[in-house]
Amino acid sequence: MLEIMDLHVRFHSRRHEAVGGISLTIHDGEILGLVGESGSGKSVTAMSVAGLLPRRQCDYSGRIFLDGAELLHADRADLRKMQGRDIGVVFQEPMSAMDPLMKIGDQVEETLRIHTDLTAGERRARAVAALRDVELPEPEKICGSYPHELSGGMLQRVMIAAAIVSHPKLLLLDEPTTALDVTIQAQILELLRKLNGEYGMSMLFISHNLKVVHRLCGRVAVMQKGLLVEEGDTDHVFHHPESDYTRRLIAAIPTRTRKEEPDSE
Amino acid sequence: MRGSEKFLAPSLRHLMGTDNFGRDIFSRVLKGAGSTLRIALGTVAIGAVLGTAIGALTGYFGGAVDEAFMRLNDAITAFPSMLLALVFISILGSGSLNVILALGIVFIPSFARVTRTAFASLRDANYVKSARLMGAGSGRILFVHMLPNTLQVLLPAVTIGFNNAVLAEASMSYLGIGSMSSLGYMLSDAQGVITSAPWYAMGTGLVIVLLIFGVGLIGEGLNRGEWEEGV
Repeated sequence: MLEIMDLHVRFHSRRHEAVGGISLTIHDGEILGLVGESGSGKSVTAMSVAGLLPRRQCDYSGRIFLDGAELLHADRADLRKMQGRDIGVVFQEPMSAMDPLMKIGDQVEETLRIHTDLTAGERRARAVAALRDVELPEPEKICGSYPHELSGGMLQRVMIAAAIVSHPKLLLLDEPTTALDVTIQAQILELLRKLNGEYGMSMLFISHNLKVVHRLCGRVAVMQKGLLVEEGDTDHVFHHPESDYTRRLIAAIPTRTRKEEPDSE
Repeated sequence: MRGSEKFLAPSLRHLMGTDNFGRDIFSRVLKGAGSTLRIALGTVAIGAVLGTAIGALTGYFGGAVDEAFMRLNDAITAFPSMLLALVFISILGSGSLNVILALGIVFIPSFARVTRTAFASLRDANYVKSARLMGAGSGRILFVHMLPNTLQVLLPAVTIGFNNAVLAEASMSYLGIGSMSSLGYMLSDAQGVITSAPWYAMGTGLVIVLLIFGVGLIGEGLNRGEWEEGV
């Protein structure tokens, strides 16, 4: 389904490679977790897949295939046809990822308006269905409201609805729960699991939080300094980590009896 | 207009008195304000539309074109705008359409700069990125997503620009270029008789001041309305 082969990315402003030869595969209907600290290259990897790499400001090599279509070297026009239709993206900050002056309904319909010839009525029906999929109450009413009228948790659901409305093959989630509080976080994870089960949608879930990844993803890849240090079944990696770095990441998870740092809140 | 009623002081019959030909100044001012407004509107329309287009494109795409346009902008701004307008008039010839064109061109850079800044700051906003990730083309991003979000900055620029255009037009016609009926022309006429018929200059000046004050208030109102809604 998604195949990343030997991806290298180096920004012109840096000496070291942001991504130094990553190969990853996501199978149909699978949720792959990509874990690592800030600067480990996980977001750059995601940017490369989404086609958001600032091409003129970096050197890149390797190949990325989505169902046989090359993404990394595709030209802008081809890429644009796949963005939104085949790949949906959800960002970390739902507040800033929504156009403040556009109604929710129009924003959810955006990919349909760009990629399909559906009539306004059909688009609205799909948008309402997507909003219902992400379990928002009164989707018709929400269509008519503006982003500032909704809470962060609701907006993140709207973002997910906007990403899945055209039933993409791959959903890219870049720290989608990091900006939310813990209860909302759990609800969003539950929702993602449901969508994965219902539509068989493949997902690339990026997070620095191994605990969250453990709850959602079947397989996990751990990155450090642009390299893959460990990859495998989440349960296995979580309980029998092979690399020292993974072990330290797991040790950094706060537990009931031990906080990550005293006075961290 | 009566030859026997030259230079009459303001009265109920002639609200602002009469001029050297016995014409009612109040009526002339009404007509003059109309042509001043028309020219100012045309000027702002040209300046705002072209300036916004240039500013939006350079701000959004950046790069070498952006650099080139902004240096050109600086070069144009370095000349006193009135002088530049006079140069264009001497190239284009006089007449109120050419005045509109000349002033419009002179007004482009200020709009371009404001718009450029607004678009450049929005270029990396998350929702713009997100629209790009949904496969939206540049045109759609520029007009559907970015333009509405820059109106808050552009509207005040338009009203300020309109004020400047009124003043610029008055100055141009004061120098004898442009419409003969406009306020600036009357002002230069009144200058010669300021001791014998001060109401001529005062009436005309008062209308120019009121015009600018009024547009300023509209701008202020728009600005406040935006703030209340925008959050």
